[in-house]
Amino acid sequence: MVEKAVALSALLFVLGALGALTRRNLIVILMSIELMLNAVNLALVAFSRQWGDLAGHVFVLMVIVVAAAEVAVGLGIVLSLFRNRESVNVEDVSLLKW
Amino acid sequence: MIDLLFYLFAALAVAGALGMLLNVKNTVAGALSLVGTMVSLGAIYVLLDAYLIGVLQILVYAGAILVVFLFVVMLLNLRQDVFSPERLRGTKLLGVVIGALVCVELILLVPSALGPAAGIPADFGGYRALGAALFTDWVLAFEVTSLLLLAAMVGAVILAKRSID
Repeated sequence: MVEKAVALSALLFVLGALGALTRRNLIVILMSIELMLNAVNLALVAFSRQWGDLAGHVFVLMVIVVAAAEVAVGLGIVLSLFRNRESVNVEDVSLLKW
Repeated sequence: MIDLLFYLFAALAVAGALGMLLNVKNTVAGALSLVGTMVSLGAIYVLLDAYLIGVLQILVYAGAILVVFLFVVMLLNLRQDVFSPERLRGTKLLGVVIGALVCVELILLVPSALGPAAGIPADFGGYRALGAALFTDWVLAFEVTSLLLLAAMVGAVILAKRSID
């Protein structure tokens, strides 16, 4: 079951990475990042179960806190961006793009 | 039985992720299908003996984070996603192929690095064991986390304010 959980985590991580790289909606990109963080959490929990070590669970708690902070700040940026540009399309905010 | 439950929730999680990824019309529906993924992952945590993490997953992710997403989507009135998904079709196809290759590689390689399974104590993953670990070995990380939350709170308020006084 641990192997299957790690495989599921790899699949979810790749799906999240695809979403973050191919979608153009800033909110969907943030949701894809959440999905990637969740995939990492699943891998941590699976490894924790395999080795009988609770450190993985503590790391998962930290990742959950970081995800909550990231969403609060990220959606604040989305709000102020929408106020200034009337858009959440990442192609409208390409000032820093090479 | 446990394997059957695992497959059920894994299928639900992947279906929710695909629903979020492929739904280019409706952001609200994408966020709601991601809620399905989060709840299924909570169930999988319980199957992996991570009881407290499973509860926190459903409370924090499905209950709080995705609700904030839905709030913002509705606040900005983004029900219809107006972006053209047709652009860069070749690049996206290449991305999907590379993503599939990476996924297959990870699925084939990572399980062989797992090593033998260790026995776990009876209260593994419960609030008692996790609390003891959190407040003895990891207490510094726990305290620093509170600072991170404070910084994020101040940052979110400043960023979302209309004008800074």
